[in-house]
Amino acid sequence: MTIQELEATCKQVRRDIINMTADAGSGHPGGSLSVTEILVALYFSKMHIDPKNPKDPGRDRLVLSKGHATPGLYGVLGRRGYFPVEEFHHFRQLHSPLQGHPDMIKCPGVDASTGSLGQGASIATGMALGARHNGNPCHVYAVLGDGECQEGLIWEASMAAAHYRLDNLTFVLDNNGLQIDGSNEQVMSLGDIHAKFAAFGFNVIEVKDGNDIRQVLDALNQPAQAGKPTCIICHTVKGKGVSYMENQFSWHGKAPNEEQRAQALKELEA
Amino acid sequence: MSEKKATRVAYGEALVELGQTNEKIVVLDADLASATMTKYFKDAYPDRHFECGIAEADLIDLGVGMSTMGLTPFCSTFAVFAGRCFEQIRNSVCYPHNNVKLAFTHAGLTVGEDGGSHQSIEDVALMRVLPGMTVIVPCDANETRKAVLAAVEIDGPVYLRLARLPTAVFDDMPFIVGKGHVMREGKDAVIFTCGTMVEVSLDAAKLLAEQGMDVTVVNMHTLKPLDEELVLEYVQKCNKVFTVEEHSIIGGLGDAVASVLVGKGAFTFRKIGVEDRFGQSGKPMDVLREYGLCADQVAAKILAAK
Repeated sequence: MTIQELEATCKQVRRDIINMTADAGSGHPGGSLSVTEILVALYFSKMHIDPKNPKDPGRDRLVLSKGHATPGLYGVLGRRGYFPVEEFHHFRQLHSPLQGHPDMIKCPGVDASTGSLGQGASIATGMALGARHNGNPCHVYAVLGDGECQEGLIWEASMAAAHYRLDNLTFVLDNNGLQIDGSNEQVMSLGDIHAKFAAFGFNVIEVKDGNDIRQVLDALNQPAQAGKPTCIICHTVKGKGVSYMENQFSWHGKAPNEEQRAQALKELEA
Repeated sequence: MSEKKATRVAYGEALVELGQTNEKIVVLDADLASATMTKYFKDAYPDRHFECGIAEADLIDLGVGMSTMGLTPFCSTFAVFAGRCFEQIRNSVCYPHNNVKLAFTHAGLTVGEDGGSHQSIEDVALMRVLPGMTVIVPCDANETRKAVLAAVEIDGPVYLRLARLPTAVFDDMPFIVGKGHVMREGKDAVIFTCGTMVEVSLDAAKLLAEQGMDVTVVNMHTLKPLDEELVLEYVQKCNKVFTVEEHSIIGGLGDAVASVLVGKGAFTFRKIGVEDRFGQSGKPMDVLREYGLCADQVAAKILAAK
């Protein structure tokens, strides 16, 4: 895919995010809109995957550790062909494969059930450890939220990732700076998150604009440092692409109404 | 009956046996390999043993990740930490029904001197409540070996509750997950028990026999799924029902049996176990006596029940 096509896909996924949350009347648009380029870059460019064979043992894995960003994940999985996009209409509905948080049993393409913050990073670390043990050359990605890094388990997993020298593991941090109750700074300051991951033994890469797919791809395409896990810190905008949602923590877990949907879709026109 | 042996030791030995033929077995520990006895496996297959450091939440989720790669992880720590990593067990092991085995040792009061902070009286309650979890409390070394081998045959989460204290090793018994085993037949009362309390209950039954009371003792090694059929069968035969467990009487074997009995008729029923209080330091047998779980105390409670 060309950059233009990837950008168009991001826009499509953003429209999907708005429609899914508006249809469901609930969900998490803010952090889905911030993580869109990260997920599109991974699923449409970087990862070795086959949507027709979602259980292929040799596939790359992605664990959405910030599991609430399902509208973004489902948008990407649906557009990539893991399931018909008609399923978007059943997001958060009874018996739907598109559960509120990712469900590895119900939804094709979901590599781990997540939603309880912190756990995805640890599961991904276990996957990378298991892959290496099995001689499986796949790469494992975990997509983390910044507020999520307040969980102790992130750092337990980080210690293990460095201890076991897992260079087949990449954490991608969606650093939009906001969480449910306010900014990271207000709720629980993360301090120097770059220095923290570096101190834990990661090869840390910063992406100045994590909503610029070129920059995200450049970072993902950097070769791994032997014996070190990688952490890519993407500076993103919560609610990216929808003017009234951008940088508003109140849009963490709230659905747009019909009027807001119409305005958002207009702003996200192709 | 042969020399006493702790179920944790039998667990470590069974893992080594399993590792010989099953390449998929991996063992994870949180800096307690020398206490949970996975050190035997660590020595035998160092490349299949993974230290997770003193980080129980990570212990569980690393195991989950490895299970998704087709491996069969056994995660071990002390039973008292079941609460610390409960939510990892809930959301990452049980909710997606991942094939992770949890073998937690040092359960119950018989941990002894380490005291109440380390004597788990609630782990069975926590594990029982999780959908899809199989809960097994082996009574001796032989049964532990069989439980470990059986756990691998189950595609999904299994919790094995193991003890620190060396206890009696019984003659070989049949072991089928979900099927209780009648160790002694008697018509006057039935005791459903598990783990370390099987030996205590058999001793209590002998004391009761001297008093003219003929007691059935059922080794209910699998608490979930519970052998409801066997419970109902013996309730009808005996009419006096007791549960004996080294666990809180809230949420353990007693409550599991009680939930089968509700609405099934009028009979005497008593739960014998830790009565809603924490443990404390002391020699294991002294602690058991303080909490009323020695054979003579159990016999006395059964005799006193109307």
